[in-house]
Amino acid sequence: MNRFEYTRAETLGAAVGAEGAFLAGGTNLLDLMKIGVAAPDRLVDISHLPLDRIEESAGGLRIGAMVRNADIARDPQVLARYPALAEALLSGASAQLRNAATTGGNVMQATRCSYFQDPLSPCNRREPGSGCGALGGVTRTHAVLGWTEGCIAVHPSDMCVALAAYDAVVEITGPGGLREVAMEEFHPLPDAEGAGAPSLSPGEIITHIRLPDPGPLARHGRYVKLRERTSFAFAIVSAAAALAIEDGVITEARLALGGVAARPWRCRKAEEALKGALATAETFARASELATDGARPSGDNAAKIVLAQRIAARALERAAAGTPDRLPALPASVFAGDDNG
Amino acid sequence: MDDLMNLQGQGHVRLGSSAGQALTRRDGRLKVTGAATYAADNRPDGLLHAVLATAGIAKGRVTQLDVAAAAAHPGVVKVYTPENAPRLAISPDEKIHPFVWRMETLTDDRVRYAGQPIALVLAETLEAATEGARLLAPRYEAEPHRVTLDDAEPFETDTTVFGRPATHVSGDVEAARSGAAHHVEATVETSQQYHNSIEPHAITARWDGARLEIDTPNQAIGLSKQTFAAFLGIDPSQILLRSPFIGGGFGSKAILYGGQLLAVLAARELGRPVKLVLRRDQMYGPVGHRAPTRQALQIDLDAEGNIAALEHDTVTLTSSFDQFLESASNASHSLYAAPNLRTTHHGRRADVGTPGPMRAPGEAPGSAALEIAMDAAARSAGLDPLEFRLKNYAESDPSTGQPFSSKGLRECYAEAARLFGWAGRPAEPRSLREGRLLKGWGMGTAQFPCPMFQAAAHATLRADGTAVIETSAADMGQGAWTALAQIAADGLGIDLDKVEFRSGHSDLPDAGVAGGSGHTATAGTALFNAGADAVRQLAELATTDPASPLFGAGNAGVTARAGRLWRNDDERSESYEDILARAGLDLVRGEGKGAREGEPERAMFSHGAVFAEVLVDPDLGQVRVSRLIGAFAAGRIVNPRLARSQLLGGMIWGIGMALQEEAVHDARTGRLTNADLAGYHVPVNADVPMIEALTVHEDDPYVNALGIKGVGEIGVTGTVGAIGNAVWHATGVQPARFPIHPESLI
Repeated sequence: MNRFEYTRAETLGAAVGAEGAFLAGGTNLLDLMKIGVAAPDRLVDISHLPLDRIEESAGGLRIGAMVRNADIARDPQVLARYPALAEALLSGASAQLRNAATTGGNVMQATRCSYFQDPLSPCNRREPGSGCGALGGVTRTHAVLGWTEGCIAVHPSDMCVALAAYDAVVEITGPGGLREVAMEEFHPLPDAEGAGAPSLSPGEIITHIRLPDPGPLARHGRYVKLRERTSFAFAIVSAAAALAIEDGVITEARLALGGVAARPWRCRKAEEALKGALATAETFARASELATDGARPSGDNAAKIVLAQRIAARALERAAAGTPDRLPALPASVFAGDDNG
Repeated sequence: MDDLMNLQGQGHVRLGSSAGQALTRRDGRLKVTGAATYAADNRPDGLLHAVLATAGIAKGRVTQLDVAAAAAHPGVVKVYTPENAPRLAISPDEKIHPFVWRMETLTDDRVRYAGQPIALVLAETLEAATEGARLLAPRYEAEPHRVTLDDAEPFETDTTVFGRPATHVSGDVEAARSGAAHHVEATVETSQQYHNSIEPHAITARWDGARLEIDTPNQAIGLSKQTFAAFLGIDPSQILLRSPFIGGGFGSKAILYGGQLLAVLAARELGRPVKLVLRRDQMYGPVGHRAPTRQALQIDLDAEGNIAALEHDTVTLTSSFDQFLESASNASHSLYAAPNLRTTHHGRRADVGTPGPMRAPGEAPGSAALEIAMDAAARSAGLDPLEFRLKNYAESDPSTGQPFSSKGLRECYAEAARLFGWAGRPAEPRSLREGRLLKGWGMGTAQFPCPMFQAAAHATLRADGTAVIETSAADMGQGAWTALAQIAADGLGIDLDKVEFRSGHSDLPDAGVAGGSGHTATAGTALFNAGADAVRQLAELATTDPASPLFGAGNAGVTARAGRLWRNDDERSESYEDILARAGLDLVRGEGKGAREGEPERAMFSHGAVFAEVLVDPDLGQVRVSRLIGAFAAGRIVNPRLARSQLLGGMIWGIGMALQEEAVHDARTGRLTNADLAGYHVPVNADVPMIEALTVHEDDPYVNALGIKGVGEIGVTGTVGAIGNAVWHATGVQPARFPIHPESLI
């Protein structure tokens, strides 16, 4: 590991524009430093910034970038109004990691593409212009949507999938002032040369995630995640769904897929098909086929397209059934139990 | 028979006051409070940190290392490469005993697999050594490599590993096949797996003149001392090897690796203590693994469903430079009544590290494939899986004709089936449901041999009535220190809390290897015999002393219990303290050995039956083991709590092998794509909703004098096949490969 300088920013003003890599919970950056993928000369510790609150905001919530993942997942307002977000968070990582990981860090976490994590492999994301080591390699978990020959990695976050479904907005402060980006567009899609332009310019920092008023979506929100291990495993595919239903008719629909692309994948065509339709299994099956519109395998992963459709259908069915009063013991699991009996 | 005579000779002590109790681990508090010291926790003065640089290609030569850059990094003290690395006293390929494989010690510039050590950097800090290793920036001349079963180089061999024959034939398979009513074929593949002990391989080495002190987690302390001595060219008496705690070994810490020797050599040459701790990713290559297998089984049945012939062939990988073949086909030798039997193994060489023993080596993948084939055979005969196995129950070992020393397998089948609720299982697949989920029930038979190794122990009774027992036993988390102390306390006829246990240290009598599920039997026998020897000396003192109430009882006419010797012919007794005091002795010291003499005349195995229920999502293919129940016949159970933990641990290992564990190579680079605990999945608590392991009573007068078999590995066997068979019952898809991925079930 290279020698590096460590400083701590006590105020947002001190952090913005600071040169170096921002360190928050450290659950991803420190790993990357240890395996030689990241080698910053300077770490700027932002974990003490006063961005650790969840606040009411215009009928929605505004979550500080330093709020721990575990605290969001247990927040009564989140549980009541954005249940798919809580379920997504609780399905991610482990209890210990959720206690350490921050909102901003979760958004900024790197792909777990094994070629990105292997400094001996080419990777346009890690080393622009070097090529994509994953193409033609072991690609079971790689992208089926929005990928290019430049990069087939997927974004690993569960939280961001739910945030995208809830129309969350990322608030950013930089040397040039404030700006906002929709969660679903925050993470760049790759271009032919590589991973695309970085989400943040040097010195910029995520300060908050803003969630708009969910309205009637609050009562019908779920997250479902397919994985071979029931905890501490990234999604093979996942889906966040939120519905508004009046008299059996869907009046508003949100659907986002995880594990399929370099960003949480918002399924707009499926949402349009859902709106105005009856909340039935047939409707969900039809919509879920639209969810993967444009999908194609990036290698030996054609099954992911089928799985993504089916997980979307499952999330919609569960959402339609209504958010349970308590989150299941196995959050987001296929075996959560609430649609097995 | 010798064992029986031993037992009779020890008639004045008895097993069962302490042994048999479900005690908690004696070292549990040390571990949960962090007070237990592991090898990497040692920080002797003047310590240098060593970090290995490893190869990034699978085959070829290292053409360049930037030694100057590494050496110039602040804190770096020394860089060893093949050009200047200190040499072993003997060839790294020397086979000084059957448990040694090539000691990779920077002897040349060849790269034989990705992850192979190519340099060692020593520095004042771990960080400096790590950066120094990175700065070496190796360049290579790469050659075409092979890392998978499909493209590896075939070779034939007479033995698999440990001198085991690669082929066994009994009866006439072809003749039996030609007359059979049903012929069943099944092919099953298993994955490459890594031990993934939570404690990484580590060593702290320090020379004091000619004397060498080593702290390293080790499952075979006595043997490893000899191995270190042979490769270093020094006398074993100059070595002290400490291994007080082991954070998991699973076989990989029974073997010494080149890195450990390099650390010792570096410490000698540099005149400072050296610590080498492998990074997690470095544990995927140079310290052993379980090789992948491709197994083909053929089972022929007569019209009634009796096995007429059983054939089991295994193709498996070893490295290009050494041989360890997973002897999977041997799992078919002794389990089912196959009058005609043929087992074969075929090796293939690949550019991978040499495999090694990993929990139930051979038996784990072999059992997985055999149990899948057995269910396929049961279906062809139209029989329930349990009925079919009972029909083909082996009353003697089919491969040798020997009777079993004991075999409580029928009781295991009955108990586990009853608790599981197997009766009434519908024969057709996809016939059970739970809501939208498919539900399946499957079973498998568990079997594991009961070897004994060589062990020695001392037991010293002291004037205050306490005792110290000594043997170099290894506790790798399985609870050996507790179970062995229980046996020793009974051998001494005193309460456990009066027994001080000295262990994990090579100056103590050699306890043999903690492996092969034979540690409790072997070291336990030595400890029990040492205690009995001490008691025998006390009895001699007391029964020949006219001042003792035991005078005249005869040296075989007393029984040891609760710190006293008791006459067998009346109520009188005398305490150990009084006997020693009157004799004017501070202590008596007993010695004992544990071993099996001669060639066994009986087949010795632990057995078990495992029943699994799985839920499978029919749309998404995800599998969950919703219930897992095993019953095991493993001789005398010394500590039911710890034995259950071992059995459950083995069964959970089976869940991992059935559904998760798989190291995946990129065939182009020859490197692994998931060499860490995030990418290589082993089960977590949430994967194990309901699990139980029972033991059935089993007296075995032949296996050893104490009747102890072993529980360390058998839980893996039976379980993988049971889960695979349950997946068939749920889905109608017979697993062709473990782990079973969701993609294969949609």
